[in-house]
Amino acid sequence: MEQKKLAIIATKGSLDWAYPPFILASTAAALGYEVQVFFTFYGLQLLKKKPNLEVTPLGNPGMPMPMGMDKWFPVLGLALPGMQGMMTAMMKQKMKSKGVASIEELRELCLEAEVKMIACQMTVDLFDMPKAEFIDDVEYAGAAAFFEFAGESDICLYI
Amino acid sequence: MADFDQELDASGLNCPLPILRAKKTLNAMSSGQVLHVIATDPGSVKDFDAFAKQTGNELVESKEEGGKFHFLIKKS
Repeated sequence: MEQKKLAIIATKGSLDWAYPPFILASTAAALGYEVQVFFTFYGLQLLKKKPNLEVTPLGNPGMPMPMGMDKWFPVLGLALPGMQGMMTAMMKQKMKSKGVASIEELRELCLEAEVKMIACQMTVDLFDMPKAEFIDDVEYAGAAAFFEFAGESDICLYI
Repeated sequence: MADFDQELDASGLNCPLPILRAKKTLNAMSSGQVLHVIATDPGSVKDFDAFAKQTGNELVESKEEGGKFHFLIKKS
């Protein structure tokens, strides 16, 4: 049986949205898939050696807030200074207590399983992001390179 | 519980860690050997079933005991 392929485009750079690409990539690799993840725009944050990812309740009515905080602090309250940092700290604490892996851990498991990580060269240039800030295992390429793999993939996801 | 060659305690770990740890442990085992995985994640019941079907490793046993889930996986 030919090896199945999974292609993912990761476009988001917040703590919550960092999970889907790494969870799916690592799991697919464990199931025997060949996996490539193409990181573009804010998704590039996920490739930093020390990712500083946060979660925001702003513009996200679906986010469960502890202690009914969304009732006490409607919309504008969520924009208060320090709110994002506090929500991020609470989310990380919750994840740890529930045995959810950290992003760094999942990324490491992906790399161990030979998931190929590709950074979009155009957005790296656009944001003037120094390559030294990224983990060493990253390759740099463009849209055409993505299609070379995605065109033969069995599953292709845009996250 | 039937005989096994290696044991992996994934208690307290959440998706997808039990599967990833199991895969890693199986990699270091030889064909025909049996891995016993212990997990507390209720989602792992369906996940280990799906893992076995997709990887060709046989799920010899899957049961709940004492509030934990036990899986016996035979490496293909």
